Amino acid sequence: MRIRTHDFRSASRAALLDSDLRSAMERAEGGFVDTRKSAVESLENFEEFREYARQVKNHVLQHLDSYLCRFESGVVESGGVVHWARNGSEANRIVLDICKRAKARKIIKGKSMVSEETGTNEALEAAGHEVVETDLGEYIIQLAGETPSHIIAPAVHKSRQAVTDLFYRFHKDQGLPKVSGHQEIVNQARQVLRDHFCTADVGITGGNFLVADTGSVAIVTNEGNGDLTATLPAVHVVMTSIEKVVPDMEALGGLLRLLGRSATGQAMSVYTTLFNGPGRHDDPDGPQEFHVVLVDNGRSGVLGGEFQDILRCIKCGACMNHCPVYTSIGGHAYGWVYPGPMGSVLTPLLAGRRNASDLPHACSLNGRCATVCPVKIPLPELLRAHRRGLIVTGDAGTMQKLVMGVWFQVARRCSMYRLLTRIAVRLLGMMATCFPGSSRGSIRVLPLMSGWTDTRDFPRPGQSTFQSLWKQRRERH
Amino acid sequence: MHRDSAGCITCPGTDFQHAFTRAMSCRDCGMRLMAVQDEAPKIRVALFATCLADLIRPQVALAAARLVEECGMEVHVPPQSCCGQPAYNSGEQDKTRTLAEVFVRQFEGYDYVVAPSGSCAAMVSVHYPRLFERDGESYRRCLEIGKRTWELSRFLVEVARLSPGTSADNRFEGLTIAYHDSCSGLRELGVRDQPRKLLSERCGIEIRELGNAEVCCGFGGTFCVKYPEISTRMVDNKLDGLDESGTDLLLGGDLGCLLNIAGRLRRKDSRIRVYHYAELLLNSDPGAGIGDSGGD
Repeated sequence: MRIRTHDFRSASRAALLDSDLRSAMERAEGGFVDTRKSAVESLENFEEFREYARQVKNHVLQHLDSYLCRFESGVVESGGVVHWARNGSEANRIVLDICKRAKARKIIKGKSMVSEETGTNEALEAAGHEVVETDLGEYIIQLAGETPSHIIAPAVHKSRQAVTDLFYRFHKDQGLPKVSGHQEIVNQARQVLRDHFCTADVGITGGNFLVADTGSVAIVTNEGNGDLTATLPAVHVVMTSIEKVVPDMEALGGLLRLLGRSATGQAMSVYTTLFNGPGRHDDPDGPQEFHVVLVDNGRSGVLGGEFQDILRCIKCGACMNHCPVYTSIGGHAYGWVYPGPMGSVLTPLLAGRRNASDLPHACSLNGRCATVCPVKIPLPELLRAHRRGLIVTGDAGTMQKLVMGVWFQVARRCSMYRLLTRIAVRLLGMMATCFPGSSRGSIRVLPLMSGWTDTRDFPRPGQSTFQSLWKQRRERH
Repeated sequence: MHRDSAGCITCPGTDFQHAFTRAMSCRDCGMRLMAVQDEAPKIRVALFATCLADLIRPQVALAAARLVEECGMEVHVPPQSCCGQPAYNSGEQDKTRTLAEVFVRQFEGYDYVVAPSGSCAAMVSVHYPRLFERDGESYRRCLEIGKRTWELSRFLVEVARLSPGTSADNRFEGLTIAYHDSCSGLRELGVRDQPRKLLSERCGIEIRELGNAEVCCGFGGTFCVKYPEISTRMVDNKLDGLDESGTDLLLGGDLGCLLNIAGRLRRKDSRIRVYHYAELLLNSDPGAGIGDSGGD
């Protein structure tokens, strides 16, 4: 996927003006936050599960090589093939080869965020394949020619009206009517997609967890499209990333209990399926080939460093659902595959920090994301670490460095600070009376502070600083 | 100096209650030790006013000082500037270390450090130790001062045990009062019930809880001027429906958030008045709200 992280400022401003986006996000936020809350409260020892999950994922990351190899042997044992891809282009070459050998024309896809990273749809289409997304949200944005704006609800930014229009535009040739109700929309998508399921040659899915012990791929969906994509075509390709591996079924069980609750507030997603190799001789159906493409794409570089914690992420989306920045601007403004807090940590690591310098800064460090993260990723700390990194590499904004430098020289000397704040209080008091529109209580315009005063008054200070008042008080006594 | 670590003569192993305004008494047997109260030096509390209170709202720091004094403690205001939070959150690690060292030098040697701000107190107690190598001298000193640094409301409730006060009349009766939980205090220090308890006990205020009390107001330090449009949307979301709900006062414990909220309310000509909770705890008439005219 094209990296547009450098456009964050203009994209976020545009997003704030989009009233459709605003109402869509308000609806979604309310739903996600409330349902998660009640689901979490229904599991008495949710906090213990979080700690367990943190430890399991840390353990796996410490021994990632051996768990991945064990997973590979498991897949091979059950008749599948594991492919190792260092980056997106290697991953796409592998997938293209598989499709070519299968003489594939039509390829259907379950939801895979890794394939968004690698731009697999574009690569397949460029090679002449027809690609159809089967997750309803992914299908909607594929028709719209857009990218996902949320990692589990890719079309969360779309209003129902927009979907109605989109479906009519693309489905009217097939003789289908205009539909506007939820159920009608879902039914029409089901009807259209059913044909695709039955005529596809290759099915590509993601993988939520890879079980090392058994070589199983766990896929979680609410629509069942993942299962149809995996079982109907002759070839099933799993595109996933290396950090998804877990040791065994017990660990999988623990993580699944967290995933559904954190993501959609469900105790369990509607479909949770374990895939082990291709169909066997005596199976009535199932694919003839089973491939797992393990994509690194920058993750092994994160391993062992100060950002390793982000690799614990199980892609539930809770951090973005609870992020007041994400819910204000939506996912597209972040400029790459992963939006919200986890995206602002991961994107600079995978897609380059220099052009993504806005992402770690566009956060008020309110910390709500970290309190809902099911694997306890210290997201605000990692965002701060990015900010430190931008200073070290000299990629921080010039204005920021200048202001911070001057302020620092004052703040490090308490006596100079005391003097200058006394002067500042006087100046601000004068401004409160000089500038147009300012009342006695607050200031409407402040030079160099338009970021504040364009939309907010600046409360006027008192006559003296606290330190001066305190000194006077001491002298009186 | 730490009187709470001394044991009762008759009940070995027990601590003394912090009830300095009345008398020192043993928690178990209730024995009052007037002699100890008279002779023992007062507990010395260093007040960290914080930049914003120092500069914009000195009455918050004054109220904090007087509330601590009311508990029989001695308030000191050492030379001070800023805890370094803006530098820390901008990634300026070296500058932050320097400012942390300045702070530690100034505030060492007191029994407690108290700040009328969750984010500034958390900067010292949670973040300072992270700035330094684990085994170094600076780390040890930061850890030590971190343990003694408190957000005002937690300090008043959990350490100083501020008395509910004598005035039983509800000075704020008939007003609808909401509270904004500032993020750092809430999530890093667990400040939530303490200000509510104090407001209820001393002023008879029962908070009308906001549905989004725990959602960020969009201040975020330099964030609010770096991304003003996003920040403004966040504060608007925060304040959505507040005027219509008949809210009269909005309280909070961090001036950053309160300046942001009050600034936006004033710009929108709202009638809601904004105060730091400490102002209400101390004054029966806290005067003009933040950003209101007549407030000096």
